[in-house]
Amino acid sequence: MTRLQGLLRFLWDFIVGDDWRIAIGVAAALALTALVAETTVAAWWILPVAVAVLLATSVLRPARQRH
Amino acid sequence: MTGTELGLAISVFLACAVEAVEALTIVLAVGYTRSWRSTFFGVGAAALVLGAVTAALGPALTALPIDVLRVVVGALLLIFGLQWLRKAILRAAGLKARHDERESYERGLTAARTAGQVASGLDPYSFTIAFKGVLLEGLEVVFIVITFGANQHDVGLAAAAAGVAVALVILAGLAVHAPLARVPENTMKFAVGVMLSSFGIFWGAEGAGAHWPGNDAALLAIIPAMVLFSLGLVAGLRRRALTAAAPGSAKEAIHA
Repeated sequence: MTRLQGLLRFLWDFIVGDDWRIAIGVAAALALTALVAETTVAAWWILPVAVAVLLATSVLRPARQRH
Repeated sequence: MTGTELGLAISVFLACAVEAVEALTIVLAVGYTRSWRSTFFGVGAAALVLGAVTAALGPALTALPIDVLRVVVGALLLIFGLQWLRKAILRAAGLKARHDERESYERGLTAARTAGQVASGLDPYSFTIAFKGVLLEGLEVVFIVITFGANQHDVGLAAAAAGVAVALVILAGLAVHAPLARVPENTMKFAVGVMLSSFGIFWGAEGAGAHWPGNDAALLAIIPAMVLFSLGLVAGLRRRALTAAAPGSAKEAIHA
């Protein structure tokens, strides 16, 4: 592994962590919040709902694999 | 001190204390078995790098427009916070092994003893292990200090909370001359995960253009909601594990 690959690997592990779906989900939820906030519809609820879904699916996945 | 500043100080303090406990275990293992002098050089070098990262990234973040800053900070806090919370929930539910400082210390001792002779002068093994340990454990704390501090325009308060946590852990380490195995690490990680995720939700949504009902008071609803939801997940996962392990469960019937 080259030094650049090692650095990229470290940054990926550091920022994204064990579950990449969380990072993608957070980015998507923030983008959706920004889009909805441009309309007349309230946008504050999107992020809490997204976080609840992301966290629940992220902890249920290893539980399903184990049982 | 406002409620948000208090939340900032508590979050940074807890996050820093947890990481400092883990770094202390590494430092003690390599220091006791090899060379204290080289270990302290490693710790000092890592502290210098962490200080330089804070000095470089802190002002760069505060130069961003407030809405961009809040989206960036919100996203980072959410990603870090949810990872901390995820691990804490899985550990509390018994689905992931708990971090055991005593076991980490024993592993560190064995590795240090079998790493060859201690070099005269600067021992490269002691220096490298101490440097890497402190740098890696400290980097996440630096990000938390910078993101929280920059958003509240109070990097000083965040840095002070981090400094107090490190000082307390060092004093406790000096007092017991052993890794701090009795610190309730998972509970602290759970609390940090809740706080980072809650502030991440609040600032991320604000930065993206949403308006919270009740403005800053919304945090008083978000934090308890995160605690209850996370505890609910722990309870649900434990019940699920018990059901799966119970005699006569559906899974056992299939395998029978």
